[in-house]
Amino acid sequence: MSGRRRLSLGERLVIAAPYFWIAAFFLAPMLLVAKISVSQSVLARPPYRPIFQLSDSFADLWAKAQNFTLDSYRALVSDTLYVESYLSSLTIAAVSTLITLIVAYPFALAIARAPERLRPLLIGLAAAPFWTSFLIRVYAWIALLKDEGLINNALMALGLISAPLQMYATSGAVVVGIVYSYLPFMLLPLYAALERQDVSLREAAADLGASPAQVFFRVTLPLSREGVVAGSLLVFIPAVGEFVIPDLLGGSETLMIGRTLWNDFFSNHDWPAASAAAIALVALLMVPLLAWERARLKEEEEAR
Amino acid sequence: MSAAAAWARAATLVAGFVFLYAPIVVLAVMSFNASRLVSVWGGFSTKWYAALLQNAQLLHSAKISLAAALASAAIATVLGLLAAVALARFGGFRSRLLFFGAVHAPLVLPEVVLGLALLTCFVALGVGRGFVTLVIGHVTLTMCFMTVALLAALRDCDPTLEEAAMDLGATPPEAFARVALPQLAPAIVTAFLLAFTLSLDDLVIASFATGPGATTLPMRIYSQVRLGVSPQINAISTLLLALVAVSLGLAALVSYWRTGRNLRVPKTASHSPDKAP
Amino acid sequence: MSAPLLSIANVSKTFGAVVALENVSLDVGAGEFFALLGPSGCGKTTLMRCIAGFETPDAGAIILNGADLSGVPPFRRPVNMMFQSYALFPHIDVFENIAFGLRRQGETKVAINTRVDELLAMTQLSSYGHRRIGELSGGQKQRVALARALAPRPKMLLLDEPLGALDRKLREETQFQLKEIQRLTQTSFVIVTHDQDEALALADRIAVMRAGRVEQVAGPMEIYDRPATRFVAGFVGETNFIEGRLARNAGAALITEFGPIPCDPGDVPDGARATLSMRPERIGVAQGGEGIVGFVENFVFRGETTLLRVRVAENVVLRAAAGHGERHAIGDAVRLRFPSDAGALLAEEK
Repeated sequence: MSGRRRLSLGERLVIAAPYFWIAAFFLAPMLLVAKISVSQSVLARPPYRPIFQLSDSFADLWAKAQNFTLDSYRALVSDTLYVESYLSSLTIAAVSTLITLIVAYPFALAIARAPERLRPLLIGLAAAPFWTSFLIRVYAWIALLKDEGLINNALMALGLISAPLQMYATSGAVVVGIVYSYLPFMLLPLYAALERQDVSLREAAADLGASPAQVFFRVTLPLSREGVVAGSLLVFIPAVGEFVIPDLLGGSETLMIGRTLWNDFFSNHDWPAASAAAIALVALLMVPLLAWERARLKEEEEAR
Repeated sequence: MSAAAAWARAATLVAGFVFLYAPIVVLAVMSFNASRLVSVWGGFSTKWYAALLQNAQLLHSAKISLAAALASAAIATVLGLLAAVALARFGGFRSRLLFFGAVHAPLVLPEVVLGLALLTCFVALGVGRGFVTLVIGHVTLTMCFMTVALLAALRDCDPTLEEAAMDLGATPPEAFARVALPQLAPAIVTAFLLAFTLSLDDLVIASFATGPGATTLPMRIYSQVRLGVSPQINAISTLLLALVAVSLGLAALVSYWRTGRNLRVPKTASHSPDKAP
Repeated sequence: MSAPLLSIANVSKTFGAVVALENVSLDVGAGEFFALLGPSGCGKTTLMRCIAGFETPDAGAIILNGADLSGVPPFRRPVNMMFQSYALFPHIDVFENIAFGLRRQGETKVAINTRVDELLAMTQLSSYGHRRIGELSGGQKQRVALARALAPRPKMLLLDEPLGALDRKLREETQFQLKEIQRLTQTSFVIVTHDQDEALALADRIAVMRAGRVEQVAGPMEIYDRPATRFVAGFVGETNFIEGRLARNAGAALITEFGPIPCDPGDVPDGARATLSMRPERIGVAQGGEGIVGFVENFVFRGETTLLRVRVAENVVLRAAAGHGERHAIGDAVRLRFPSDAGALLAEEK
């Protein structure tokens, strides 16, 4: 399919508008960010020294290219705030993804094994929160997790604890928020993978002497691998760059790269540093995605 | 299946749905709490809803958000449909890979990065930020979701139907409009609603892309929420949740009615004799 | 035949490294029922899509009614196609499906109604005009697809495996209907099929294709009785391939390891190696008398005949069909007789 066909006039008319939009409002801004990341920080507005201008001649460009600075990237590596933000983002995202998987798997399995006529209703109900405001769903957890919140009140009323547990404004709260918010993203691919599994495969395994646990670990789980991988990526990737959840549920010590970026941009006005961090973040997220894509292509080739 | 397995299944379902819905229900109940405190039930009251109507700032932001969501969803649906048609039907054209990648990239890009890129672009171009830049930001974000959703729908749509239309004398645009479009209609409606919801809900892109005078509802909610739980926010959140619940309920009824009708179809077909009288 | 309606001259088409059509030339006459027969991947569907305009040949010309079709898009070709999947529009009813092509031609309302009603009657669907496509059975869908393709009065109708999706019983009935409709409409039908029975039953002439090439074009009888190549003989019907050397003296015969078999020598030179294609039902089987001796190894009852596997030499087993009522047991000695006009002599392939 990697053809070199030229498009007809009519086809060009169709593609022109989305192409223009994506070039003007996505590709160009991303290139600009890449450019700023190699500029020098100045106290001005915009707070960076422009590198290229439209009026530049080729000689100017070359001269200016000598002015490229990797200072921002160097700072990125040496600045513990950034390094810690990246590491902590990856850790929180990984832990949240794992917990989401553990919560979602039995749930998806229960829906997939429910009577057939109930399944659309159940999966619809499970996916419905996805359509409601993300911000509001995160906000709802504040009332539950606060020191004087409902969970602490309930636990104290039951006499299980004497003083409120500090849950709000912790990294744990961020994990809970991510698990809750991204549960539908994990649930849907898992359900899709589990629902289309042929019942006779499990019956055949049982017939050949596998216990229910063996049937699960030898047949059901391996066959749902695609759903597990897809769901995990759908949770992990947005979780790494998440801003709203750590900002609302996390404490001041909860470092996540999305939040650090936001603060650098709005509070510190260090655009080159934020741009370099953004580019690094994009590069970081591309690694698992490309690995997934490669594995998928390899599988497709093997299937042929 | 054994009774124990059935019980385990039912318990899992109950636990799962409690986890999903309890926070939302608590929020809705709290919006009717006369007390300002979460932990104290001060009796049933709708005073926070009444207060909403007095909050001109909030109402203005709600209008901005609705207008931006309508505008951006409409533009994004058209752009997404065009992009999906190009990717599904034009085969391997030059620069397809670049186009495909660029259309999908914002899906995996953290919103903070996309917002930052848009903001630097607007600043570099010297464009004043406001409603227009807000819509541009939301279109850029949502058109990718539209493209993916409509691409999937287009792939489900048998291309031989369009070939058949062309064979019967329809030009390619005519074949698309008369054959593919009617089949895509439900997917287009769903895609539009998705774009609308995403735009209405977005905080991050809006914070970067918009300017003074065009503060969106999520931005207002966010700035309030950072200060802690607020009964007025509970009230407006409950209204928004109710809106979504009613829309989803209606959509479910419509689809139930449609599939219900389709389910009756094979019956009548199987009762009728295969050979025509 | 006067000037052909459709003339395909030296058409070639490749997809990447795959050669789909290689120098194909064919003529189809007006009002003819023509079949493109071959195994899957032989290029028959590609050829049909080239005629319809969905594929562009790399080389060669397709001429319809004296006009070169190259560069003419599908929607301007006076050719209609009945798709293998039927490709009926699910969002409009039967009537509107059939009227689709007429509406594109800008026919008047009255003309459309008359024409659609006529086609509904012809395909025995008169009471089904307002049914939705999803409400139809497979056979009904097939007839709607046929009516829709015929509605704009094409000069030629292309049918891609038109009976492929039907079950066996319905298929035979539909074969007669298709033949009848073709006779009534006087339209040229070009059918693509991998089913030799279908091609033999329907077509006036058959082109047998293999790996992008046309192996033989002839009437069904000739294809069956006088296959031009080993491939045609093997693909159309059951046959025995008997290897030997031709002796042209005193009534030509193929000299084989189990004895001489009389045959029509054609233009095969004396002493050349050749293969004789011999249909099982043309071999005479008797318990005694004249003929080549063989032993029954196995047999399958087929209803009107019983197919025997008869060993005539250490390495040669022939299939022969014994008539109804003749009883044979494994190990029986039988005599096989070969009428001199029964086989088709095939020259050695290069």
